[in-house]
Amino acid sequence: MKDTILEIKDLSVIYKTDLETVEAVNGISLTIGKGKTYGLVGETGAGKTTTALSILRLLPAATGRVLGGSIQFDGEDVLSLSESDMCALRGRRIAMVFQDPMTSLNPVMTVGDQIAEALLVHDRKMGKEEVERRVEETLSMVGILPSRKIEYPHQFSGGMKQRVVIAMALACEPELLIADEPTTALDVTIQAQVLMMIKELRNRLGTSMLMITHDLGIVAKICDDVGVMYAGEIVESGSVEDIFSPGRHHPYTEGLFGSIPDLKSRARRLTPIAGLMPDPTALPQGCVFAPRCKKCQERCKTVRPKAVTEGTHRIACHLYGGQAAGSAQGISGGQDAFRRKEEQ
Amino acid sequence: MHKYIIKRLLFLIPTILGVAFIIFFVLNLTPGNPGRAILGTSAPQADVDQLNEELGYNLPLLQKYVNYIRKVAVEQDFGTSYFTKQGVFDEVWPRFMITMRLACVGIVLSTLIGVPLGILAAVKQYSPLDTIPSLISFLLAAIPAFVLGMVLLFLFSLKLNLLPSYGLNSWQSYIMPALTISIPTAAINLRFTKSSMLESIRQDFVRTARAKGASERVVIWKHALKNALLPVVTNIGLNLGGLIAGSVVAEQLFSVPGVGSLIVDRIKYKDEPVIIAGTVLIAVCFTIIMLLVDLIYAYIDPRIRAKYASTKG
Repeated sequence: MKDTILEIKDLSVIYKTDLETVEAVNGISLTIGKGKTYGLVGETGAGKTTTALSILRLLPAATGRVLGGSIQFDGEDVLSLSESDMCALRGRRIAMVFQDPMTSLNPVMTVGDQIAEALLVHDRKMGKEEVERRVEETLSMVGILPSRKIEYPHQFSGGMKQRVVIAMALACEPELLIADEPTTALDVTIQAQVLMMIKELRNRLGTSMLMITHDLGIVAKICDDVGVMYAGEIVESGSVEDIFSPGRHHPYTEGLFGSIPDLKSRARRLTPIAGLMPDPTALPQGCVFAPRCKKCQERCKTVRPKAVTEGTHRIACHLYGGQAAGSAQGISGGQDAFRRKEEQ
Repeated sequence: MHKYIIKRLLFLIPTILGVAFIIFFVLNLTPGNPGRAILGTSAPQADVDQLNEELGYNLPLLQKYVNYIRKVAVEQDFGTSYFTKQGVFDEVWPRFMITMRLACVGIVLSTLIGVPLGILAAVKQYSPLDTIPSLISFLLAAIPAFVLGMVLLFLFSLKLNLLPSYGLNSWQSYIMPALTISIPTAAINLRFTKSSMLESIRQDFVRTARAKGASERVVIWKHALKNALLPVVTNIGLNLGGLIAGSVVAEQLFSVPGVGSLIVDRIKYKDEPVIIAGTVLIAVCFTIIMLLVDLIYAYIDPRIRAKYASTKG
């Protein structure tokens, strides 16, 4: 139990308005080990960000509700903490890096002040010089000249802004860092830089991490465990080896791998997953992926599949439920190809 | 920054020239003349013509305009009133100060009432603290100033006999005129602040501040409010125009000797020097207020500060 930093069990979250109820997260469970990085993968709207916001209890107050389940952080039940305890937790022990660096910094405060705030919120007695020293330290840690602390966010480029956001999140040396698509809004060369930096800082500080992304390349590079999320459910999870090695996989995971361009392959076209994510206000009765699944059977449409576990590998699909392992033959070589590419 | 301020102050010159020309031009278009207005309908035409000639009213428009500007610029002489034969400046300035005092009380009141209530309404959205002030402000914004003024007069002077109904002799006499002009403005301020604040609260950086562990109080007052204030400050500056216009109504209703009622009175006599001096003073004042607004803006928002600093000359 002591090796676990975060444990989510059966978490369900809805967004409720007068007009409709959006079922954003439907009974997901995941565990992040101390010092480990968990990758949460899935397309836009799968509920990844909602999961992250639930951990920090930052769901929009007017609409977001946690229906059930539990979130244990270092043995404490996050969902039952008081608001002031929650404030002490946020930023200090769990920090978050948001998706869009362009809008996640306050335009009328200097970046130095914004990092200093993260420090001062959790330690009011910290002396002025100590704060300045820590701000400069944190800035140089993310590769920004400490002298730029007096500048405002509009004077920084996108990649630099994301570095500032990361500096802010790491200022208090949190035990868990939630990175919500930290590189999505950046262009590719900057993505690589920022990613390498995150990886290096994680290793140096020993921070556990929840990496939210839709980029399988990022997962392969820095994650230990992976959860594939679809329509508010984790359809497949396991260690990075479980997910990336050929063998039994959820049809959605296969689809994800099929959507990645591969220079080696002679195929002229990508094979995207046909169709769209189901309407979260009216989820299908059976398997959530059934309407788009190529291997959909009759019972997939009516019965929700139970997860099958094999070691660390867990798949929620009727294809493997209660049947012999042999039934998974003929699964596409997408993972194979991807793996080869990653190794090069 | 200094360059920018000087540039804006220099811009006052064309403003004054333009306003004076427009007033000359418009007055020139309207029928009637000061001679007839002063001497009355029964006076012989010859006397009227002679008086108009003496006043210099019959000169062509452009010549009148150029003469006026030259006199103001060179001799700092704003001319003599056609009607009272007194120096215009001595006549207009004290009454302008009265209007300004009223408008300033109005600005302060409308800001103090409207902005905090607007913030509260946004922070406590959908609670009674939001719905009740918002509904009342909706009603008040729709009531014209003169109706509001008459209701106040009726209630506090006639029925309750609490406040003086005319003049500006004590601080009590400021209450009703100031309320008359500031209540509709406060109502608009409330709605404006509320929407600006609501927008600001939903910004990503507010969520970032929460994720840092900042308390709700810090999140609202430090992060959301400072960003929400930008459009509110502009709006308060623009309010001044409305307040000066509103004070003309209030001055008439409560017999306050301000510059608004002075201008309205003298339009009857086509007293050009007084009308122009009064209007130009208001225009200059408005321009300076807008400059102040821009400076406050730059103080709050570093992006705008950077823009001013990079403007050359």
